[in-house]
Amino acid sequence: MSLWFKRKDKGIQTSTDEKKDVPKGLWYKTPSGKVIDSDELRDNLYVSPEDGYHVRIGSAEYFEIFFDNNTFKELDEKLTSKDPLRFVDTKKYTDRLKEAYKKTNLYDAVRTAVGKSLGKDLVIAAMDFSFIGGSMGSVVGEKIARAINYSIKKKIPFLMISKSGGARMQEAPLSLMQLVKTSAKLAQLAEAKIPYISLSTDPTTGGITASYAMLGDINIAEPKALIGFAGPRIVKDTTGKDLPEGFQRSEFLLEHGFLDKIIERKDLKKQVNLYIDLIQNLPIRK
Amino acid sequence: MEYLDFELPIKELEDQLKECILIGEKSDVDVTDTCEQIEKKLNETRKSIFRDLTPWQRVQISRHPSRPYTLDFINNITQDTFMELHGDRTVKDDKAMIGGLGKIGDQSFMFIGQQKGYNTKMRQYRNFGMANPEGYRKALRLMKMAEKFSIPVVTFLDTPGAYPGLEAEERGQGEAIARNIFEMSKLKTPIITIVIGEGASGGALGIGVGDVVYMLENTWYSVISPESCSSILWRSWEYKEIAAEALKLTPKDMKRMKLIDGIIREPLGGAHADREKAYRSVEMAIIKAYTELKKLPIKKLVEKRMDKYANMGEFRG
Repeated sequence: MSLWFKRKDKGIQTSTDEKKDVPKGLWYKTPSGKVIDSDELRDNLYVSPEDGYHVRIGSAEYFEIFFDNNTFKELDEKLTSKDPLRFVDTKKYTDRLKEAYKKTNLYDAVRTAVGKSLGKDLVIAAMDFSFIGGSMGSVVGEKIARAINYSIKKKIPFLMISKSGGARMQEAPLSLMQLVKTSAKLAQLAEAKIPYISLSTDPTTGGITASYAMLGDINIAEPKALIGFAGPRIVKDTTGKDLPEGFQRSEFLLEHGFLDKIIERKDLKKQVNLYIDLIQNLPIRK
Repeated sequence: MEYLDFELPIKELEDQLKECILIGEKSDVDVTDTCEQIEKKLNETRKSIFRDLTPWQRVQISRHPSRPYTLDFINNITQDTFMELHGDRTVKDDKAMIGGLGKIGDQSFMFIGQQKGYNTKMRQYRNFGMANPEGYRKALRLMKMAEKFSIPVVTFLDTPGAYPGLEAEERGQGEAIARNIFEMSKLKTPIITIVIGEGASGGALGIGVGDVVYMLENTWYSVISPESCSSILWRSWEYKEIAAEALKLTPKDMKRMKLIDGIIREPLGGAHADREKAYRSVEMAIIKAYTELKKLPIKKLVEKRMDKYANMGEFRG
């Protein structure tokens, strides 16, 4: 037997950054092993028709789900990060940003937009996990704050779609204070009595749960999304205990009182708008 | 359908009627007259049984296993608009306390109530309608949401009591109920409260402070259940019927003492005998009450509510 076929290093060696997305026209394999045609998956809003697995999607897909005819006006599109701490880890932060721009065609980890959903205005901030793990730095904080300002000024309900690993370490204390910036803005939104719906998607962790993700008039989530403050690995390492099945998944959060509802992707648009109509005492849109 | 002891004559006649109809269908014998006679007798029997119910019998009907529960009322009167909301944002989603938004006509309401289950499994799941502190805290969260958006609140009371458990005490059962009573007394939105089954003590009152409080005809509301009262004061469960009498827990007594604002009539034979009719009566009562309440400015509404409770109590000097 030739050594050619023997694996030299154990485990998966490809780093997360180098992982390739599945190109169109190929197959997608869900965690439970079901194989689905990519086109079929897209037609089903990136939910596996075999086992209901909700594939991670980004702002573009969520805007398409919520906005009528995928028509919307993007807000503060070109806000970009500085490198205030001149941060260097295994890479320079500036290089990391450049790579992210190139890889994702995005300016940062959140996009904000206003458009019609079932015929009425809705402001949405949707996060992109593909941009440095959806991490929240100054740009994310500022864009969310401005989107909320827009909601307050125009009296339009606000929907936050979270998908993030947490605060962005490369902007360290500045990132941390975005928790306050966004939460304080939400306090103003609440004062103005404008509905705020927080939608947590897989994954919503760290500082995101310690700020806007948990502050909705209603908190909702997609099925089986990972939602928690400290990541499961950290909890396990710290406590030395095995984690229960389903720990920190949407269903776990619902049971423990932190979610109002778990909503499948196909029902999101209808259910979010139903809540908006009910809480604002308006006729229910079909 | 299950029957209580004193309902058995009704069951007998219902069975006879069914049989009569069956015979009519299967054979050529004309049974129209016989059937009509049985039906007439059935109605008379129902009337005579339900005309003079003793307080204890009303307690029994309030716990009737076939009686409509909170979600039955809500789902029925809101059609398909009800959106249940969950969680206290602290420890748990209490299945014994449910709540959410729904419409009656064009108007949104926040519905909240204790929920019982229909079979053994569901009764356990709903903890027999006995809420934990997190249930009361969920209810309060939803009431605060309603207040923020000026949505009126409707609460349905149906509980044998707040859950007397170890963890419930650790998490502050008393505090949770107290907080709700405190907040409800000054909530800046109309509150309509309806006792649809058992109104047991603080566990019921924890969602029961309202601008108008109604009781369905066959329900009870008091500081303690007749059984517990019997066991404490008579040191035996045997005196529950006397206790039921003494506690003055029926809707009529409560109305006479001006502790509730009205009684909602039930269909003959109780809410379980004609659910549809019971739903409509409750829906009408809510609409009527809200039509009056919404005329009042919020400040006046809260003042009136405060005054109402300030006037409760009997004393000399």
